Amino acid sequence: MKIKNLVMAGVFSTASLMTSAAWSATDIQWWHAMGGRLGEVVNEIAEKYNASQTTYNLVPTYKGGYEDTMTAGIAAFRAKKQPNILQVFDAGAATIINAKGATVPVAELMEKYAGGFDIKDYISGVRYFYADSSGKMIGMPFNSSTPLLYWNKDAFAKAGVAGPPKTWEEFEAMAPKLAAAGYKALAQSHSPWIFSENFHSRHNLQMATGNNGYDSTDVKILYNNPHMKMHWTKVKEWLDKGWYGFYGRAWGDNQDAFVQKKVAMWLGSSGSFGGLTKSADFKFGASFLPYWKSVIAEPKGTFIGGAALFAMSGKPEEENKGVADFLKFLTSPDMQYFWHKQTGYVPITNAAYDKAKADGYYKTTPDAEVGIQQLNQPGGEWTKGYRLGYYVQIREVMYKNYENIFSGKSTVDEAFKAMETESNALLERFHATYK
Amino acid sequence: MKRVQFEHSTIPYMFVAPQILIIAVFFLWPAGQAVYQSFLLEDAFGLSSRFVWFKNYTDTIWSPSWLQAAWFTMIFSTLVTFLSLGLALLLAVKANQVIHAARTYKTTLMWAYAIAPPVAGLMGNLMFHPLIGDLYKFLNAIGWNFDHKLDSFDAGFVVVLISVWKQTSVNFIFFLSGLQGIPKSVIEAATLDCRNATRRFWSITFPLLAPTTFFLMVTNITYAFFETFGIIDTTTRGAPGGATTTLVFKVFQDGFRGADLGGSSAQSVVLMIIVLTLTVIQFRFIERKVHY
Repeated sequence: MKIKNLVMAGVFSTASLMTSAAWSATDIQWWHAMGGRLGEVVNEIAEKYNASQTTYNLVPTYKGGYEDTMTAGIAAFRAKKQPNILQVFDAGAATIINAKGATVPVAELMEKYAGGFDIKDYISGVRYFYADSSGKMIGMPFNSSTPLLYWNKDAFAKAGVAGPPKTWEEFEAMAPKLAAAGYKALAQSHSPWIFSENFHSRHNLQMATGNNGYDSTDVKILYNNPHMKMHWTKVKEWLDKGWYGFYGRAWGDNQDAFVQKKVAMWLGSSGSFGGLTKSADFKFGASFLPYWKSVIAEPKGTFIGGAALFAMSGKPEEENKGVADFLKFLTSPDMQYFWHKQTGYVPITNAAYDKAKADGYYKTTPDAEVGIQQLNQPGGEWTKGYRLGYYVQIREVMYKNYENIFSGKSTVDEAFKAMETESNALLERFHATYK
Repeated sequence: MKRVQFEHSTIPYMFVAPQILIIAVFFLWPAGQAVYQSFLLEDAFGLSSRFVWFKNYTDTIWSPSWLQAAWFTMIFSTLVTFLSLGLALLLAVKANQVIHAARTYKTTLMWAYAIAPPVAGLMGNLMFHPLIGDLYKFLNAIGWNFDHKLDSFDAGFVVVLISVWKQTSVNFIFFLSGLQGIPKSVIEAATLDCRNATRRFWSITFPLLAPTTFFLMVTNITYAFFETFGIIDTTTRGAPGGATTTLVFKVFQDGFRGADLGGSSAQSVVLMIIVLTLTVIQFRFIERKVHY
């Protein structure tokens, strides 16, 4: 017994000696949803940060997918064990931002502890997505991507088509040629994000009342509009003609169809670029998200998808200082450029974008720039984003109705009517809960 | 007058205490929380909350999505229960008659018992994958225009098939031991009285198996209601058009994905009531016909 105690004491004192440097540092907990390669990059960022200073010790923890991470954060908050930084995805933004007092706005935090904050430093497409209606940034955009069109250059050559379509009208003209060459012309991986939310941004259409939901929770969805119905009537037509491939809801299944050369064009994320480079054994290019010339003559930019970092409230000032310090480090041009190159997500600040340009990164890999160029296209009234409650459920409702359109169970009119009714009921519930 | 009373010892209470404690901590307390939460409109982070009586119930239960899920759950659990029981019974009866290599047959049939539902789901997902799935290709090759990503019947077929496959081996084990528990003398006497094996089965063997069948029916319905979650989550995820969303999957979608605590609590309370009612019905009306 005695000997065991002695040994234990010895082990503890040695351990404490070894970690005494780390002990004096304040731990900053960061819960994130970045799995696989992305998770490795997150860990590298944390190592770089911890090596850069001695005051704070950043501890990143992978909590599963976006929803799992948010649920874990919520449960922890309710048990008063919340992390300092929680990564929350686009569709969950309304839930965390409308819960008054759950987070400390990052703009305030950086203003106070990191020597100032200027929202103009951020590229225009990401600036206001996680901001409140007055334009104050609440969550720091972290992994930001935007929908792009990827096209198989070999398939296009085989079909005798010059290049990717700029508009859906052009798409309709080239689809028969690609079909004749043995390809489905198109597939896409996220119909709510690409064919609904960004459809509105690209065509500068309003998505929801109350300034796309930024001004109030008492809002109604505006998806049941003639332009959306026209688009989906067309998509259903394409499906029936064999121009459009639907491989299920899962992101990867549709991407695989492109990688396996079943489809000639695929709408995915600017962040998919890195993965495609590794998996596709053919030449491919990235291009802007097509638009309908019949709806808008000059298309607007798209907005971001992905997730943001939120500073949870109820933490000691010392730790909040650390969060601000880390966010400053994370948004530095060096780190943003590193993140951009490693993952394919866009750099969120103008300075980082300039650094990537100056470094000649886009000379060697021009496709990596397409996402930022698209985000930097002129914005319109309805291109800064949306803030809608229970949007995870609304996306489920959208998926459901789109599948019903495809299977012929509902007409386009019926599907959009059903979508409107169910979404508004969800928004009404959200308003009653969060008002 | 002195009252006659037996000496009470506290020891029996101490023996049941751990069990009671487990039930209280892991069942009664969370169930109570769910009931309490189902009357509240509360933001996900618990910063504001309002008592709203039955709003959560009326909001979620009259929604088309919930009604669709309830309808599917009924069909789904009926199919899964009867198919997996029927198939297991058939296999058990046949395996019980086999003399050569009986062990091999039995072991092979019990195999799938060790597989967890999500794993069964993942395997099914691969087999039905539109790009690489062998079953998907096979079904299309034999002329079935199979597309479970869009056709609700085909999607239902996938989840029922996997759920039945997974459960059949469990039922098989119980049926086989049930069959082996029937006294040889009864079977032999019946064989003398009646030459028709089918009739013998229905009038002698099946009634004698009734306790096993009843037990399996109760557990299979519970399986179809709750445990198949893992299969659905790894295959269709409720698609297409919500056609394969079961009630428990919807509770998960709304509560764990969508952060609607009140709504999903109300749904889980209703689900609890449905399963409770079903179990009571089974014990009151079907168990009467069972002779132990």
